[in-house]
Amino acid sequence: MVIIAILMFLVPVWVIFASSTHTPETILNQGLQFLTGDNFLHTYSSIFFDHTGYTKNVTAARMLLNSLILAVGFATGKVIISSMAAYAIVYFRFKMANFLFWIIFLTLLLPIQVRIVPSFEVLAHLNLLNSYTGLIVPLIASATGTFFFRQFYKSVPEELLEAAKMDGANSWQFFIDILVPISKTMMAALFIVMFIVGWNQYLWPIMMTTKPEYNTILLGIKEIYQSNFEGSYLPEFNRAFAMIIVALIVPVSMVIIFQRWFIKGLVDSEK
Amino acid sequence: MKKVQFKSKYIPYLFVFPQMAIILIFFIWPSAMAFYYSFVLEDAFGISSRFVWFQNYQDTIFNNDYYSSIIFTFVFSALVTLFSLSVGLLLAYKTNNIIKAKGLYRTLLMWPYAIAPAIAGLMATFFFSESHGALYDFLNSLGWKFDPKSDPFDAQVMLVFVASWKQISVDFIFFLSGLQGIPKSIMEASLIDCKSAVKRFWTIVFPLLAPTTFFLLITNITYSFFDTFGLIDTTTRGTPMGETRTLAYKIYQDGFLGADIGGSSAQSVILLLFVLIITIFQFKYLEKRIHY
Repeated sequence: MVIIAILMFLVPVWVIFASSTHTPETILNQGLQFLTGDNFLHTYSSIFFDHTGYTKNVTAARMLLNSLILAVGFATGKVIISSMAAYAIVYFRFKMANFLFWIIFLTLLLPIQVRIVPSFEVLAHLNLLNSYTGLIVPLIASATGTFFFRQFYKSVPEELLEAAKMDGANSWQFFIDILVPISKTMMAALFIVMFIVGWNQYLWPIMMTTKPEYNTILLGIKEIYQSNFEGSYLPEFNRAFAMIIVALIVPVSMVIIFQRWFIKGLVDSEK
Repeated sequence: MKKVQFKSKYIPYLFVFPQMAIILIFFIWPSAMAFYYSFVLEDAFGISSRFVWFQNYQDTIFNNDYYSSIIFTFVFSALVTLFSLSVGLLLAYKTNNIIKAKGLYRTLLMWPYAIAPAIAGLMATFFFSESHGALYDFLNSLGWKFDPKSDPFDAQVMLVFVASWKQISVDFIFFLSGLQGIPKSIMEASLIDCKSAVKRFWTIVFPLLAPTTFFLLITNITYSFFDTFGLIDTTTRGTPMGETRTLAYKIYQDGFLGADIGGSSAQSVILLLFVLIITIFQFKYLEKRIHY
């Protein structure tokens, strides 16, 4: 039973990989392949170094770089901004605390997919279309990370702050010298989860990037795929498959390599 | 909140400022615009617009497309939630009882979390395509004239299948960590008291997992509502005739492709209210009752 489930996930990805190592003619004539072919080097080097896209000036290497920038920028921004906001909400007594908390909470209710048109207009107003800022920053505006740190800070023993106050630490010193070091694991955990979320963003990058230089790898696949089905010449399925594999490798290895942090980051945001 | 806190008039605002600035610019502003647009009708060229009160809402609500989208979204979400939760739970339970190489099994069931819905969709288009698809051929060889391109039911089945497939790993991870959180002593005591494994599961293990299940219920519903966007956009795009549009996808299609900003915004506001209700329900009511 468990084995069947494991295969249910592995086999499709394997078939896509195996097919990616065949020539487009083989795939077109014989369908998806279960065994690897001998076109591996050719396909993969062509997606990395040949230029594709409508304007033929982007390589998969460039799109991977864009995905990486988006994922790292998104995850870093999220960790920094939400740890700070949670710090203010948990460790300070101030009038607006509750109100601000509810504002942050509100962001959970309307994901970017449902406010896509006005978000696009705002970005156009601010002249941020086709920029990394426009790609990354609007996605950070959600509450998940703040809740995650709020929960963690609440579990930090009270004595820590009492002791720090006794030693004369101010709020900034307490945050940087004590709280950040003890929450390193939590930060890493959230980073891993958010990296994957950022890498897998789909709709926002489509809307935001009209210039191919800013395309992420997911958009690249979609483009190849569309020209495959709509174009008139020989469909390059092998390239589409190779891009799928390339787009999968990064987040999948993150999950596997940083397994413990990943599980922590995912499960601890529940509470 | 902490008993010991800092008291300062200005410093906390410095700490929340970055998040608040981003929320204000990229969340409140566009949301407010959506709210405003939902009461406004623009002419075909987008030059002039006039305030029409609730006409956009009326047009939305009294529209058969909208009903079919609501029904699809609810049935789709219910099925995806049901399938992925039950398979995820079953796999977690089985894996938790495995003694050798548990970590390996966990890894092998966990990694699909990293598959983007859009990637799952792109892969599915190949497996379900009539020209090269193994699953397409398989289903047709069973005597089912499976054709997701023209048969709405088949397209819906395909979406439910792929969306559940992609979500199983998330449910698996949460259930497994929930199971590992159950004290060994309870498990051992239940082993002595109750011989039937099935009964043991339903009377002891499952109730202890109630908070996890509840949390996952909400997560899965949100996933089906919003995160399946990439899946739908890479597979059916609402085809054959709009039968495979979730509410979120319809908002995008009407607003961005159909240029019906008013109607699309009205739908956003309605969806917001709906999510708000679910969330309040989650926080106020169920969460308190389910804690053991």
